[in-house]
Amino acid sequence: MMTDSAVNDAEKFYVLDDPHHDGDHTHEPPTMLGFWVYLMSDCLIFGILFAVYAVLGQNYAAGPSPADLFDIEMILVATFALLFSSVTFGFAVLRMDRGDLRGTIFWLVITGLFGAAFLYLEYEEFSHLWHLGATPMASAFLSSFFFLVGTHGLHVTAGTIWLIVLLVQLSQRGLTTANTRRVMCLSLFWHFLDLIWIGVYSLVYLTGVLL
Amino acid sequence: MATSSDPHGLASGSVDIHPFWGKLSWDIFPFYEPIVLGTFIGVAILGLAVLGAITYFRLWGYLWKEWFTSIDHKKIGIMYMVLGLIMLLRGFADALLMRGHQAMAASGSEGYLNAHHYDQIFTAHGVIMIFFVAMPFVTGFMNYVMPLQIGARDVAFPFLNNFSFWLTVSGAILIMISLFVGEFSTAGWLAYAPYSGLEYSPSVGMDYYLWALNIAGVGTTLSGINLVVTIVKMRAPGMTYMRMPIFTWTALCTNILIVATFPVLAATLALLTADRYLGTHFFTNELGGNPMMYVNLIWIWGHPEVYILILPIFGIFSEIVPTFTGKRLFGYTSMVYATCVIMILSYIVWLHHFFTMGAGANVNSFFGITTMIISIPTGAKIFNWLFTMYKGRIRFETPMLWVMGFMLTFVIGGMTGVLLAVPPADYVLHNSLFLVAHFHNVIIGGVVFGVFAGIIYWWPKAFGFKLEPFWGKVSFWCWLIGFYLAFMPLYVLGLMGVTRRLSQFEDTFYSVYFVVALIGALFVAAGIGAFLVQIVQSIRKREELRDVSGDPWNGRTLEWSTSSPPPYYNFAFTPRVHQIDAFAQMKREGFTRPTTGFVPIHMPHSTATGVVLAAILTVMGFALVWHVFWLAAASFAAALLYGIGHTFNYDRDYDIPADEVRSIEDQRSAQLAQAAE
Amino acid sequence: MKRAVHIVALFSCFLLAGCDLVVLSPAGDVAQQQGELIIYATVLMLIVILPVMALTVFFAIKYRESNSKASYEPEWHHSFSLEIVIWSVPLAIIICLAGLTWVATHRLDPYQPLRRISEEQPINPDVKPLIIQVASMDWKWLFIYPEQGIATVNEVAAIVDRPIEFQITSATVMNSFYIPALAGQIYSMAGMQTEMNAVINEPGVYDGFSANYSGAGFSQMRFRFHGMDQTGFDDWVSKVGASAQDLDTDTLEALNQPSISHPVTYYGTVSETAWDRLVNNCVDSESLCRNDMMMVDALGGGGLEGLWNREMFRGICSAEDPGAFIAMLRPEMRLRGDEIVTVMSLLPDATPDPRH
Repeated sequence: MMTDSAVNDAEKFYVLDDPHHDGDHTHEPPTMLGFWVYLMSDCLIFGILFAVYAVLGQNYAAGPSPADLFDIEMILVATFALLFSSVTFGFAVLRMDRGDLRGTIFWLVITGLFGAAFLYLEYEEFSHLWHLGATPMASAFLSSFFFLVGTHGLHVTAGTIWLIVLLVQLSQRGLTTANTRRVMCLSLFWHFLDLIWIGVYSLVYLTGVLL
Repeated sequence: MATSSDPHGLASGSVDIHPFWGKLSWDIFPFYEPIVLGTFIGVAILGLAVLGAITYFRLWGYLWKEWFTSIDHKKIGIMYMVLGLIMLLRGFADALLMRGHQAMAASGSEGYLNAHHYDQIFTAHGVIMIFFVAMPFVTGFMNYVMPLQIGARDVAFPFLNNFSFWLTVSGAILIMISLFVGEFSTAGWLAYAPYSGLEYSPSVGMDYYLWALNIAGVGTTLSGINLVVTIVKMRAPGMTYMRMPIFTWTALCTNILIVATFPVLAATLALLTADRYLGTHFFTNELGGNPMMYVNLIWIWGHPEVYILILPIFGIFSEIVPTFTGKRLFGYTSMVYATCVIMILSYIVWLHHFFTMGAGANVNSFFGITTMIISIPTGAKIFNWLFTMYKGRIRFETPMLWVMGFMLTFVIGGMTGVLLAVPPADYVLHNSLFLVAHFHNVIIGGVVFGVFAGIIYWWPKAFGFKLEPFWGKVSFWCWLIGFYLAFMPLYVLGLMGVTRRLSQFEDTFYSVYFVVALIGALFVAAGIGAFLVQIVQSIRKREELRDVSGDPWNGRTLEWSTSSPPPYYNFAFTPRVHQIDAFAQMKREGFTRPTTGFVPIHMPHSTATGVVLAAILTVMGFALVWHVFWLAAASFAAALLYGIGHTFNYDRDYDIPADEVRSIEDQRSAQLAQAAE
Repeated sequence: MKRAVHIVALFSCFLLAGCDLVVLSPAGDVAQQQGELIIYATVLMLIVILPVMALTVFFAIKYRESNSKASYEPEWHHSFSLEIVIWSVPLAIIICLAGLTWVATHRLDPYQPLRRISEEQPINPDVKPLIIQVASMDWKWLFIYPEQGIATVNEVAAIVDRPIEFQITSATVMNSFYIPALAGQIYSMAGMQTEMNAVINEPGVYDGFSANYSGAGFSQMRFRFHGMDQTGFDDWVSKVGASAQDLDTDTLEALNQPSISHPVTYYGTVSETAWDRLVNNCVDSESLCRNDMMMVDALGGGGLEGLWNREMFRGICSAEDPGAFIAMLRPEMRLRGDEIVTVMSLLPDATPDPRH
């Protein structure tokens, strides 16, 4: 009798069949939420850079304006490269959900290639501008332009490096819980960069050339 | 006419950049400053003594294994507190130097500091006290206490927690290096552009500032993400949001603020860094740059930062008052709403830091009024503590003394704060010593008092013995008297039109006030000394002060249900929560601690990655300060590769066997039985 | 109420052993009103602060552990009516204070022309304010009197009971122009013009200084402000005007070099473009005038060639040579250069204002 009531009593204030001990799955939810929170804080960095561009974007300092600089067609190609890479990442995640490792890797490689194409086009654009003398040091407009677009580019670079590392890990260990979690995080990151780019494309390039 | 040939003090700024050594040369060591040299010798002797002692007692292995690489939130929390304490001594030494110098300078002499040195000292004082004293203390409390309060075994991302801590240390190390290698910034703690730009501050001091804060800021952001997720995801079953302890609530709001503002700081400092390193024009006077934007951006971070510091302190008081009055907290719900309202409002008041920039009357009154509105929830909190005391049984143990000191002091600071929020009044008080007195009034009377109250309150939890009360009371009275002596004269000086950051004075009329302020600072020094004596004395008398119950104050929240110190897994069984003040309910209903049926507990491994990465990044920061770009690039690459390498380690967790849990819990049972005798 | 304010001010002054609280008892009407506002707001807040402090002490004594006579209710933690009071008392105070703030901020907006000379003396609409242009430099203050055509360093004078309009800028980092006895401070910023309207009501010599830290010579960045009657001021103007020194472009550039504890200096004549150069941040022969750059930017920028064109324009100010900035325009714009100059001269003052 005594022991029974003691157990019930303990049951009221303690979880006796503790779920925390059975392996990995309790750690999964915090990771995704954590990554979301991280993305929101990253989003704020872009928010600041957008705001800075909005304030400084017309301070050409008697130098060139967007209309003088932007090759909107090349940017459109880059934009599509990035948008397609998001779609192909989606395919990779669909494959992963079906447990198809080779399909996942295939689509991730395609995604990486699109990402690399985007980076190449951005590099072309930057080096072209640099050669023209339109460097970040030339005016406040160019400073804020290079920083906004360049920060996005750095993120895509980081994402691409992460993708390569992840491909190695996938081929080493397959679709383990840890690896699928990482693919999901990178996928969030990748789509997030796509969203930011849509903002960049509309605010910087389209309005710059149209207005 | 005294024309300065080196007006901005570029002693080390104008050196040529060597391809290998960057700006480094033999001239960068400030041998010419006797004060710095003396400090250096003192610090070197002390440092060697400490390092020697660690080596002599063969503690390196122990420190490395049990502390530096530990990912136990409790140990990381304690390390944050140690960091805060060490940096408090440095920051306070700066304060004493300033007080002494101003007392002399206002009495007709030139004082012992030249303008260049004085400017570095007030900058360092501000930067250190906010970023490397107040922040580590607050983060330390949140790290130590919050997971215990929510019945969790660790934070959501234990490795990240360790890494965040070492990034903060990295920033602190860079600041400490600047004391002896080169110089520190002279631009004030917020480094207003364009003064902080390359044109007006070419020296490495600003670069130390930027890299120290960039690195430490990343750490703070990561820690914020970590703790938000911990609170949202890892609460014990039954602990709904409205059953969380108030300290956890304030920790949640604080970390949301951190996540939502530190990126702003990171972006702003990155842009300033670009201005200085690349020659861009974000905040310069030239080619379309806009320095006013810097002031706006830095305060969009800076104002919420104030609440990042004070909200957890409000939480600490909200834990201490109910415990020592033996009563439930009055108005829990309104306390929660007040905290959330303060969190939200703190975003829309930043402009009150620069009413005098010339914005229109509509804009100024908007920001003035939003600022005043913050005093409503803050006032409600004060009333709540007041009515918690009402019809209580107040035990005036040392933490409660600090609470009393806080309540009487903080309201004065709050009042002068609202005064400064009236734009026309701010026109005459802005940047004066009145302002300096105001923010010290809320930071010392609020944050510092709360930190001491919290340390004394949770010390027995962390170490298993109480702090000895006599020296604690001496410390409290020295601080309280010292605070009033040091800052009431500054209020008066502000009303006499004395502005801040002056190193020389024309008028000897002010001298008596500065001398009183110096005496106050000496009292505070005695208070800090008494606190250190208190710790030493308590460690010596630890057997007398031992608490085996785990609940020395008759606490109300879950952290008191564990042993002191808690086992590294915190809870053998996750607690189940039914109402606020979960542990008070458990005690009221005569809970039974389960002593059988233990199961293995899943815990993460210790890892050296955080220490190593932060060390590499410190080298990178130092190399960037001195323009040693090859080293910066190499260390960045090393950090990147090391970080990638870390992701290949999949073996991060292990199970504590049930037997080990049982033996630890049996010891605890024996302890409790001994306490009951 | 006014008398009460004086009594409070006097009382606090007595407490502080006769010190000179210039902020609370200044000599200028604007500062006077700002000082009174401090007292009003303090009194208003003390209505709630004092009871809280008293209650804190009272509860602490009454409910101490050793007082077993006091009642003890460990579970009492909520009272709806009390919480209403807790929230509404601060709310009521803040509503009053917010009203006071709104009215006072608009009435004392430093950009607005004065509404009165002093409490007793209304404004005379026929009297134009005395315009004084103020520029902070490393580490001194330059004052230009455009009407009188004189300039001074680290000394400024004005006429008692005549409104003054300060136009403020900076040739260096941000400073804050502050004469505590006269009126609250306003920042001085490079490439910006801020404004402050004020009046001095009593003759005398008052301290002025920078209230925003600006570097090595900040502590010595002080000047004297003289409140004078009309004759005294006229004498002062002729004394300054008698100086042989001329504030031309070269002198201005030399003056702009950093100096600490710069002596009081008088300039008998001032170049007409000195203020334009100061406001537009182009005192040095190497710099580009901000207003000209902004004109070009408003026309869509100078194009890629602008990066080279603007180099030729350094040190030239369109205030001196109105057509010069056409050199920075693109060729297609340059064809219509004269037209643009005409249009620009018709526009209201293009000086950047921090409000926009």
